[in-house]
Amino acid sequence: MDLATFLVQCLNALQYGLLLFLVASGLTLIFGIMGVINLAHGSFYMIGAYMAFALAPFVAQAVGGGFFATLLVGLVLAVALGYVLEWGFFSFLYEREHLQQVLMTYGLILVFEELRSILVGDDVHGVQPPAWLAGSVPLGDLMTYPVYRLFVSAVCIALAAGMYFVLTRTRLGMMIRAGATNREMVQSLGIDIQFLYRVVFAAGVALAVFAGMIAAPISSVYPGMGNQVLIVCFVVVVIGGIGSVRGALFAALLIGLVDTFGKVVFPQAAGVLVYVMMALILLWKPDGLFRAG
Amino acid sequence: MSAGAKTGGVALAVAAVALALFPLVAGKFGVDLVTKIMVFAILALSLELLVGQTGLVCFGQAAFFGIGAYTVVLLSPQYEAVSIFWLAPVAVLFATLYALFVGALSLRTRGIYFIMVTLAFAQMAYYVFHDTPLGRGTDGIYLYVKPAVEVAGLTLVDLDKPLTFYYVVLGALALTFAFLAVLLRSRFGRALAGVKANEQRMRAAGYSTYAYKLAAFTLSGAIAGFAGVLFAVKDGFVNPELLAWHLSGSLLVMIILGGLGRLQGAVIGAFAYELLRLIFQHEPLFGAFAKHWQLGLGLTIIAMVALLPEGLAGLPAEIRRRRVGRAPRTADADA
Repeated sequence: MDLATFLVQCLNALQYGLLLFLVASGLTLIFGIMGVINLAHGSFYMIGAYMAFALAPFVAQAVGGGFFATLLVGLVLAVALGYVLEWGFFSFLYEREHLQQVLMTYGLILVFEELRSILVGDDVHGVQPPAWLAGSVPLGDLMTYPVYRLFVSAVCIALAAGMYFVLTRTRLGMMIRAGATNREMVQSLGIDIQFLYRVVFAAGVALAVFAGMIAAPISSVYPGMGNQVLIVCFVVVVIGGIGSVRGALFAALLIGLVDTFGKVVFPQAAGVLVYVMMALILLWKPDGLFRAG
Repeated sequence: MSAGAKTGGVALAVAAVALALFPLVAGKFGVDLVTKIMVFAILALSLELLVGQTGLVCFGQAAFFGIGAYTVVLLSPQYEAVSIFWLAPVAVLFATLYALFVGALSLRTRGIYFIMVTLAFAQMAYYVFHDTPLGRGTDGIYLYVKPAVEVAGLTLVDLDKPLTFYYVVLGALALTFAFLAVLLRSRFGRALAGVKANEQRMRAAGYSTYAYKLAAFTLSGAIAGFAGVLFAVKDGFVNPELLAWHLSGSLLVMIILGGLGRLQGAVIGAFAYELLRLIFQHEPLFGAFAKHWQLGLGLTIIAMVALLPEGLAGLPAEIRRRRVGRAPRTADADA
């Protein structure tokens, strides 16, 4: 592997890892704070990707179009979706057993997949990145790298920095961190846990939807894309330690590296490498690398 | 015996008789369908032993099932029948050994971490059959000649006949159910219930809980492998999807839907899941929407979670409670 190929693979690994982080950070917070194993989280990613595809014509008609206008509309819809879902489906489940939540969110996956099939159909679609991001930059003498992938990495880094700021420097972030460490204590200190749950859930949904929307031009849009992401994100969450955003970032980048280079170096065993790594890490540290609290 | 236990016993007997008489009224399709569901019911029972009785949520049960099924096909020569009396034990043994290995390692972790480690080991087994020459890839392998059930050259049972095989599977289901029911009443079973309720306390009481959990895990893998043997003989075909996490997930859905903590829940759940799927796929009933059968299934599952906290098997108890007019259950009683 020459230097240019190595560099390209590094950039791919970084971009994949950061995208995983966006989805997994919401999952780990929802799990850590609300104690809900949300299997439908992958569906939010899928919904995001399909929104990037299906909303674009409507947005184009209403405000003259543009990828970013679509992103914005999608984000607003995502927050609304998260709020309504928490209110309608999750709020009555907190006192139930974990496995009841698993069953309900499994039901939601089926419903979302079929609604997607009814509304948009089962075809694979491509999404065009905005024109000014469509080019490539030269890397070395022979290779080029698509600008849009760099853009995705940059956006993810900006969002990660934003999350870091909110979580460590604001009052809301303090409540969220406290909630991930000790839920009962936070509640007994008089913090409105219902409100906190709704904020966290809506933010988690918005992150996953956003990740799906910006990933759409890279990965294309296809049925079943949510389930694939879901399993990898659970791997990220448990490697990082439940409830730990820092752990999720570390684990997502690690998985990005292992998966990307695994496909180049051991193409035969690429699919299983991630699982081997997770098993080894959990046997070494049964609570993940950075467990909150 | 309480009123509930008595009606439960009667219901069980009625169900067994109904299954035994079913082929008299059903056609070829029905017999084939119920045979398949009963194989899944055995598999679901193996998972119920772990999830419902011991409190260990395993997300890799399909691996043991698939290993049992693949062993049968891989060890059968192409043109002659092999005796089931050594084929089945060897297949179950392989599944058991893998369960012992997975259990020994993954029981170091707990909760969601345990769920994910069992998934990881199942995925590793999946890739062995999917990506190495051993499993011959995605297309799977056919079993051309079904194993023979012979004693001294005399064929006792012809597994190639669907009706005969139906009763073999029904017998296997009844045996598995009875075995687990007896096991759970034994000292071992009570210890598992103790581990589920409060593991710390069991340890304080002097039980080596790790050994008990490992024994349950291994036994569960053996039963899953046994179900795999039946599946391979029934369809005469195996492919890597038998080990995929989709099946492990569906199994969890079955037993939760049926109701955890009761053995009959696993069987009811397997039937309910497959029959619901069939109903929503029924074209005359749903027309163009039959294509979107997952929508109906998903909405039904959500409604059941909302209305039946104890699953389908908890329905009679729920009705009894309402009729007696006791105060509604509190959330704590659910935990």
